[in-house]
Parts: sequence; C-alpha cells; structure tokens
Amino acid sequence: MTQATEIEMPIPGTYMFDGKAAMKGYALNKMCYSFNKAENREAFLKDEDAYCTKYGLNDEQRKAIHDRNVLAMIHAGGCIYYLAKFAGIFHLTVQDVGAQQTGMTVEAFNKMIKAQGE
Amino acid sequence: MARVVGGLTTSHIPAIGNAVPREKELLNDPYWKPFFAAYPPARAWLQKVKPDVAVVIYNDHGLNFFLDKLPTFAIGAAFKYEHADEGWGIPTIPQFQGDPELSWHIIESLVHDEFDVTTCQEMLVDHGFTVPMSLFWPNNSYGGVKTIPVCINTVQHPLPSPLRCFKLGQAIGRAIESYPKDLKVVVLGTGGMSHQLDGERAGFINKKFDMLCMDKIVNEPEILTRYSIHELVREAGAQGAEFILWLAMRGVLSGKVTKIHSSYHVAVSNTATGLLVLENAA
Repeated sequence: MTQATEIEMPIPGTYMFDGKAAMKGYALNKMCYSFNKAENREAFLKDEDAYCTKYGLNDEQRKAIHDRNVLAMIHAGGCIYYLAKFAGIFHLTVQDVGAQQTGMTVEAFNKMIKAQGE
Repeated sequence: MARVVGGLTTSHIPAIGNAVPREKELLNDPYWKPFFAAYPPARAWLQKVKPDVAVVIYNDHGLNFFLDKLPTFAIGAAFKYEHADEGWGIPTIPQFQGDPELSWHIIESLVHDEFDVTTCQEMLVDHGFTVPMSLFWPNNSYGGVKTIPVCINTVQHPLPSPLRCFKLGQAIGRAIESYPKDLKVVVLGTGGMSHQLDGERAGFINKKFDMLCMDKIVNEPEILTRYSIHELVREAGAQGAEFILWLAMRGVLSGKVTKIHSSYHVAVSNTATGLLVLENAA
C-alpha cells in the first residue's frame, strides 16, 4: 500500500467525509437520501420522530435533525450532499445552510462570498 | 473513425438549473448577467462543430448512487438517461439519448486499459449532468446529440487522485479514437470551481487558485495533476475537489489544444463559476 508522502494537516472548518464518517452517519445519510422522493418528504413532515425511528437514527443524529443544526449533523456523520435534501424540505438554500454553519446572516454570508472575487 | 473535437467545462450549480428557463429575462438581472452572458460563444462553437456525441464527466450528488454501493468510476451504457426529483426543487428536464454501442466500446477499451469501471444500463443523471446540458443546448434541444455519462465519485473519500482522473480521461480518449464509426465527440467536464458547502469554512472561494487552474489546464495540465486530493480540498474547498472532473475531461484531449473561449465569475450561489471551450485539433 502506498503511504502518503507528507502528513496531511487538518484543514480548519473542513470535514473529509471518509469511511469513518460514512459508517458513523450511514443511518442519517440513508434517511436524507430517501428525501429524493416527494412521498418520503411528506412522511417525514407528517411524523418526524417515527420517520427517524424507521431509519434507525441514534440520539445524536435525532437531536441534530430535531434542532435543524447542520454542523451537528456533520459531526454525527452527515454528508452535505444528502443533508442538502433534508434542507430542501424546508426550502433552505446552500446560502442559508452556509450562513447557519458560519454563524452569519445570509446577507453577510453572500457579501463574504462576493468579496472573495474582488 | 471517431474523433474528439473538443472539450468544454462548466459549473453545474443547482441554482443555475432553476434559472435557465428564465435566462432571457435574467440577462437584465445584475446577479445573473455576468454568468449567462458568457455562454453564447460556447453555444456558437457547438453549433459550428455539430458534435454527434457528448461524453459528460460529472459527479452524482446522491440521486443515482448511495453509500450502499458507491463506485469510484461508473459509465452509462443505456439507450436513455432520465433526470429525476433531487429533493430540493430543481425542475426535471427531458430525457437524454444514449449511445450504448459506443459506451460498450469505451468500456471494453477501459477495462483492457486497467480501468475497471462500473457499468450502468439504468442510470439517473442529476444536476451535475443536466445543468451543463441545459446550458450548452438551450431549451432542452440537445441538438440531436447522444450522451455518455461518466460518473466519478466526489462524495466519499478516498476520491480518485487528480492524476488518476487525468489518466482515465486519456484512456477514454484512446477508446473514442479507436471507434470505427465517423463520429464527432465532445467531452464535458462539469463542476467546480472553488467552493465549499459544509463546515465552518463554508463559503470559501480561492480566485487565485481558480485562475491558475483555468490557465494551466489548457496546455500544461500535467502541473495540475501533481496536486493531491487533500491539497485540492485545501486550495479549492471541499467541493472544489470536483476539479478532478475537469482534469478527466482534459485527459481526453490528446491533440493540439486551443482555447476558444473562457469565462470566470464569482459567484453563483456559493460557487465560483468557470467556463472553458477547448478545441482539440488532430
């Protein structure tokens, strides 16, 4: 097996969704993947707790979902591509999700993005 | 013989999929104008070249593939490819025609070349594929072009390295050019440029690095293949690693490559957008 030639320093504020995270977050991500289908989004809205139980979410994942807390979902093994489908249920855009994670208003978040192009 | 006539890159941001049907009116909108105004030269080039087939190198974002079975490299071998509900409201667009005969030729050649790809006779294509198609062929006309989806994993690490993706592109190029039918083929590399959706670093954009990538990919792509995935994530953001899809596209072009058109804009949604049209002369 090839070894990395240098030590990979962690990148602040960045989470690599790797095998460890994928195992940890499997139930949460599987639930979010189900939200591709409209009937599943409706079933979730109808009875959130029952839907989380059906997919076997653990307490940490349930709390993150209950709190609509994206960073907590990531810490619980969530992958942003699937979490985006959860956010979609509430018509949240990636700016809304970005603002929440960075603790900014959406307006400030968008300004920060634009400023990086100048 | 089939011939690779050129390569195009474009970002595939979902917000564009929502905006595309209103492009005419949005050309007067200060937010969208710099983005949409860049596309007519790319469409004009495609109208001039009239490709028969588009090989679309993209990443699936959790529509067709889930973590239960997640291929690193997957290729479509179907007669048609459908878009579907992705969960957050992008309008679905009409189906795309495939070219399974060419798909199987490429598959045979790739596996012979030691790229053991996953083959898909049924495959939903998501915004990574559909947004570029709707940008390059407006009004979902697709110009009669047949498509071959090539999907590269950018969801779950480890991702294939930039060098590996470039080599995959080279192998696809060899495959196409050994196909006996007279076909003109374009290759699309979608996604990028710098962006990050998740974590406290969400909203990260790196214009300097994007400029370097847009410049070097034309005639010195090997320089960019030296980056590791970790370095790419650091420089371009967690989802900026999609740049491996551009490198796979560039690998397909084996001739004299000339830049026809390019555009860069910060930002649409959370993402720096990049557009390139590269001609590949024999």
